[in-house]
Amino acid sequence: MNGKKKQSYRFLLWELVKKGIKLKYRRSYLGIIWTLIEPILTTIVLTIVFGTIFHKSDKSFAVYILTGRMLYSYFSTSTNAAMKSIRANASMIKKVYVPKILYPLANSLYTYIIFLISLIVLVGAMIVRDVHPTLNLLWVWIPLLQLFLLSFGVGLILVTIEVPFRDMEYMWNVCLLIIMYASAIFYDAETILESKYALLMKCNPLYMVIRTFRHCILGTAMEWNWVIYGTICSVGSVLVGYVLFKMNEDKFILHI
Amino acid sequence: MSKRFTLIRREEIRAVMTLNHSIIARRNFRVEKKKDIKTESETSEKPGLEQTDKETAAGQTEQEEPILALDHVSVRFNLSKEIVDDFKEYCIKLIKGQLKYNEFWALTNVSISLRKGERLGILGLNGAGKSTLLKVIAGVYKQTSGTVTVKGKIAPLLELGAGFDPQYTGKENVFLYGAVLGYRRNFLESKYDEIVEFSELGEFMDVPLKNYSSGMRARLGFAIATVVEPEILILDEVLSVGDTKFRKKSEKKIMSMFDKGVTVLFVSHSTDQVRRLCNKAIILEKGSVIASGDVNEVADIYDKMTE
Repeated sequence: MNGKKKQSYRFLLWELVKKGIKLKYRRSYLGIIWTLIEPILTTIVLTIVFGTIFHKSDKSFAVYILTGRMLYSYFSTSTNAAMKSIRANASMIKKVYVPKILYPLANSLYTYIIFLISLIVLVGAMIVRDVHPTLNLLWVWIPLLQLFLLSFGVGLILVTIEVPFRDMEYMWNVCLLIIMYASAIFYDAETILESKYALLMKCNPLYMVIRTFRHCILGTAMEWNWVIYGTICSVGSVLVGYVLFKMNEDKFILHI
Repeated sequence: MSKRFTLIRREEIRAVMTLNHSIIARRNFRVEKKKDIKTESETSEKPGLEQTDKETAAGQTEQEEPILALDHVSVRFNLSKEIVDDFKEYCIKLIKGQLKYNEFWALTNVSISLRKGERLGILGLNGAGKSTLLKVIAGVYKQTSGTVTVKGKIAPLLELGAGFDPQYTGKENVFLYGAVLGYRRNFLESKYDEIVEFSELGEFMDVPLKNYSSGMRARLGFAIATVVEPEILILDEVLSVGDTKFRKKSEKKIMSMFDKGVTVLFVSHSTDQVRRLCNKAIILEKGSVIASGDVNEVADIYDKMTE
């Protein structure tokens, strides 16, 4: 019985993931192509603006921006989607029993799949900008996995807070802004890392992931201590999120 | 615990005989059929697609394991006087010490035990805890204390189609809603034609659900929810789905489930309906069971209460 239930929940998870992907671009003419157009356009804008401000003539600067920008935007959409998942599915939750963790998990997964598709843009940018892949590319699965775990874990923590306190939605948007500036998306990280605000960046798990990802893509030397910090943070966030979620999930129904 | 529900089948049949109604006649037939089967063996009787547990095959007629058992179930809600759902107010109230909740027991010490094929009517005024009880059984609410044991598949026919996504087409919703109800993919694929046929929505299956009328939505919801042969059926006055034609059809479908010996929980305000469909009943008042037993006795009490 238990095994059968698990199997049917896997089917439900898959249905929810499919629904997220299908509905995201339904009724738009370009559909899933927007996944590719959007990062291209924003990267062009960012490269022009910040390339001019910081006088970056380095050809790989666009790739540098693109890596940061894509990872950050996944983190932001995924955490937002997971945070709102319980309220968005309130009508189902009120009616039938389903393990509630499926809703944030499905949202994290479907945004992740869209994110993976959008990585095609990065490949294109590497070709156009003459960034040659190195052996470091073999490690690229590490930051990608860290990114998923971190976003899912943070999403779980957020949804546990958001269900009783809707304010979290607005507060999180402010937090995301801080995280964005502390993630060195469109500027050189070293200037900040040498300043007194270094701690802000060093405490930012998303930056750890972005930094490792850039090493993999741009072929700069891997910094294994950052990799370890990133892994601890991402696995830790999932553990904390899971425990918090499980402790509170029975009370969700009273708030939605 | 089960003393409250001593069920004497002879009495049940007699009660059935006294009322003549087409549905009663069907039920009567079912009861007799069931009796016959019981004297032979119980093995061939079990409906449902997932014939996993063999507990009912033990051949015990009277000490048969209850398929649904609630043991001293209580549910407490914290009703705050005003809704506090932002940090600012929460902090202010916390500091001022005003964060008081009104404890509200929606259910107190409710014990129910139903065997296979028993049909329980739940009567009670608005706010007596009927829906809460159904939701506890369906697993939507978690009880504060007590235990709920459910054996077998539940088909909750509550607010049909509330789990639909309006952007999705009818076909996509069949799979989504089916998945929510815990069906398997290959099962849904094999039953898809049956669902479409029953709902009579063949030409609308590729239309987004937001363009459906509420009757069409309910028809689709009913067709999906009843495509399984559940062990336990939860009915919340859904017999009034769609137009007269479809209503008759859905009633027929439910009756055919009755014939197969499904266990039913039925919430209604109408004692006539309860008498017609159920063989046992309880009255809830302020979250407690104040009467339980044979449907006619309990319905009489309820009629007197509401006069």
